[in-house]
Amino acid sequence: MTEIQYDVVVVGGGPGGYVAAIRAAQLGLHTAVVEAENLGGICLNWGCIPTKALLRASEIHHLMTRLDEFGLSVKNLEIDLKKIVERSRNVASQLVGGITHLLRKNKIDVVEGRGRLSGPGHLSIISKDGTTQELVASHIILATGARARDLPGLEADGKLVWSYREAMVPDILPKSLLVVGSGAIGIEFASFFNELGSDVTVVEVLDRVLPVEDLEISAFAQKSFEKQGMTIHTGATVTAFKKGKSAVTATVNFGTNDEKDFKFDRVIMAVGITGNVENLGLEQAGIQVDRGHVVINQWCETSASGVYAIGDLAGPPWLAHKASHEGILCVERIAGVDGLHPLDVTKIPGCTYCAPQVASVGLTEAAAVEAGRTVHVGRFPFLGNGKAIALGEAEGLVKTVFDSDTGELLGAHMIGAEVTELIQGYTVARTLECTEEDLVHSVFPHPTLSEMMHESVLDALGRAIHV
Amino acid sequence: MPTIITMPALSPTMTEGTLARWLIKEGDNVSAGDIIAEIETDKATMEVEAADEGAVGQLLIQEGTEGVPVNQPIAVLLEEGEETSSLDGFQPSQEASSEPTPSQVEEPKAVAAVTPSEPVLAPEPDELTTKSPASDGERVFASPLARRMSEKAGLDLASIKGSGPRGRIVKADIEAALEGASILASATQAQAIPPTPAAMPAPSPIISDGESDVVPHSNMRKVIASRLQDSKQTVPHFYLTVDCEIDRLLAMRKELNSRDGADYNISVNDFVIRAVALSLLKNPEANASWLEEGMIRHSSVDVSVAVAMEGGLITPIIRNADHKGLAMISAEMKDLAGRAREGKLLPEEYQGGTFSISNLGMYGIREFSAIINPPQSAILAVGAGEPRPVVKDGALSVANMMSCTLSCDHRVVDGKLGAELLGTLKNLIEEPMTMIL
Repeated sequence: MTEIQYDVVVVGGGPGGYVAAIRAAQLGLHTAVVEAENLGGICLNWGCIPTKALLRASEIHHLMTRLDEFGLSVKNLEIDLKKIVERSRNVASQLVGGITHLLRKNKIDVVEGRGRLSGPGHLSIISKDGTTQELVASHIILATGARARDLPGLEADGKLVWSYREAMVPDILPKSLLVVGSGAIGIEFASFFNELGSDVTVVEVLDRVLPVEDLEISAFAQKSFEKQGMTIHTGATVTAFKKGKSAVTATVNFGTNDEKDFKFDRVIMAVGITGNVENLGLEQAGIQVDRGHVVINQWCETSASGVYAIGDLAGPPWLAHKASHEGILCVERIAGVDGLHPLDVTKIPGCTYCAPQVASVGLTEAAAVEAGRTVHVGRFPFLGNGKAIALGEAEGLVKTVFDSDTGELLGAHMIGAEVTELIQGYTVARTLECTEEDLVHSVFPHPTLSEMMHESVLDALGRAIHV
Repeated sequence: MPTIITMPALSPTMTEGTLARWLIKEGDNVSAGDIIAEIETDKATMEVEAADEGAVGQLLIQEGTEGVPVNQPIAVLLEEGEETSSLDGFQPSQEASSEPTPSQVEEPKAVAAVTPSEPVLAPEPDELTTKSPASDGERVFASPLARRMSEKAGLDLASIKGSGPRGRIVKADIEAALEGASILASATQAQAIPPTPAAMPAPSPIISDGESDVVPHSNMRKVIASRLQDSKQTVPHFYLTVDCEIDRLLAMRKELNSRDGADYNISVNDFVIRAVALSLLKNPEANASWLEEGMIRHSSVDVSVAVAMEGGLITPIIRNADHKGLAMISAEMKDLAGRAREGKLLPEEYQGGTFSISNLGMYGIREFSAIINPPQSAILAVGAGEPRPVVKDGALSVANMMSCTLSCDHRVVDGKLGAELLGTLKNLIEEPMTMIL
């Protein structure tokens, strides 16, 4: 058994882990990454990136069905699901190759296997072939991510009931599909399959879809999804599956004593995620775990000295960019970099790539009011924007929430074409602590969708031009 | 070409001031040396003289404007024959922009006449205690939100340390500053409440209801708040108290003041000033200041004396007090205190002492402990002289006693040194004749 001494060992090579490792190497720390499967984690292999590849196909499909509007036509538009999936897998593997190269370039050791805390500053690595080795590190960063949460009795079986994992590489286009859960993951798959022709039903336990978003955005999204043919049941739960040979009968509860059975070819379970806290030796190390996530402080430190946790493992928001940022913060803190601030979750943007896209940063209007803020709110519809109309994307809304006392941009909430690319403007504004005045004085290029971001701010002051 | 009058730096560390009053109006003719405006800085109101002659073309800053940055143009003088039309391009700016445009600063014909010389001795307090990297006329980097919040809360950005990139002041810094202020306020409040648990009201916010008035802070109030808070939080204070018998001092004072042709009226405090100066001379290690890089041993004894004034207090300095006799100290003190109350002290007259005295005896205070005024390392709190029962030679008798409490910065003054300093002082006060030695 060999023993190698490192400054930092990161357990898990996802967007939290590999970014933390690269930053550590940049800061001159001797660093290793322990990864059991593929570098890039869920994000690159089974999450953010491959779904974007899939959704690109459904987006193009959507445009093709509207060609007539643009004076174009095409004959025999066909869907080759196998090829769509293949492309998505190729995108993922191309990027995984990139990560391997980046780690090598930064002289970071990649250790294959599963890491387990085996004593203060010690990690046992068990590789696939059963061999173990011991790593010694001054600082151990746990970044093992998360996986889909199961509901008792409604577990994904990988055949008729899919988790995101199977939904990512579908073997068939189900004629009818039930999506349980309307968070980002559920809604993106719902959007994809709905566009490609599946008859999609979404069941959401809360009273609205995309429940973390602003009320108005949720309402706007639901209306739009329904217009596209989705069936949406909010305030409803799935209580049982009866599995047949090639279909599932799901019992949907709409409230007290109101239950109905529906038959679906496939089901996608997307009811949240839970941290990969098992087999890490957390208990022996005295590391606190709460509801499936490692408990950390504002510097990502766990209750055991020298052990840190970042990303999905450490709790919501479950976003790759949050994991990356925590990884950097954690490592810079370890290296004693000056002037660090804890991560403020209200400055982390969130993006959902359904059609229409949804993006937001900061507080919703309701959350701001609940926090005791007096707010003024701006809204601007895509219908008032020249570029949106020219693109044929006149459906959407840009909403901004400001603190009436200080002018602070508390939150921004958008739905519509390309808003996932636009949200960064507001994120920068929020991070730099802009007031509405600074945004008013900023010049937005014409003709762009971004002009709506300006108009929304103007509207908050009661002085929008194009509405 | 019109001459621009800019906001003068009335002290080396002044970054902004309040344009309290214009003494000229547009169209007036002024000559060099004419007093044109009154500027309120953090401690004093100062007069601004014109350095050039000309006709007042335009007043760029309104009377009463606060926070006018140093070097910001405040008025334009026209040379003889120049028309007001040559003012085109000079936009009266109501809002004080912290960055004068380059064309305006190119000719800093600032009113140099009133810019005071550097304090001759001792380190300049502002320089040593300021927490912000921003010094004279330098731009304070702050986020727009932080600016808005500090404005609303009446905080001085220059007194806040930024934690953002390159020291930029961000929202979190303002919140921390406000939290500090509210802790201070609630602590004061808690002290004032008698400790009867039943009657203990819930901690109330600083502004409790619509009936309370919010009085904007004066510059002086802000300086007092930030300096003393900083001192109490960062300087490790300890306190030593002695009781001094002052019967002989009172007798000597009476004798001196009642001499024929006496053109002075020496106070007990004047004796204390002299005694302090001589004590520091004898214990020079106590006449020092703590700096991170090393100890400053002051070569002169400059005694600051706290003087109450409208809206706060100020500490004019008796320079080289160890070289001055009682009459001279008395005369200087009278002059300084008088001008202090009118807010007419020059910066060098109140900046840079090496030791402070605060005397609340005239208010009947028996004894108290004062907060050190950094970078000084000690302050003497003087109580009232009053007849008290004392034990002399084993028998009870009555003597006039005065309690003095020395607050020491333990980084500079250890217990033994503080006690020796106070012992010397006690001996001098109890044997005032020795002050002439």
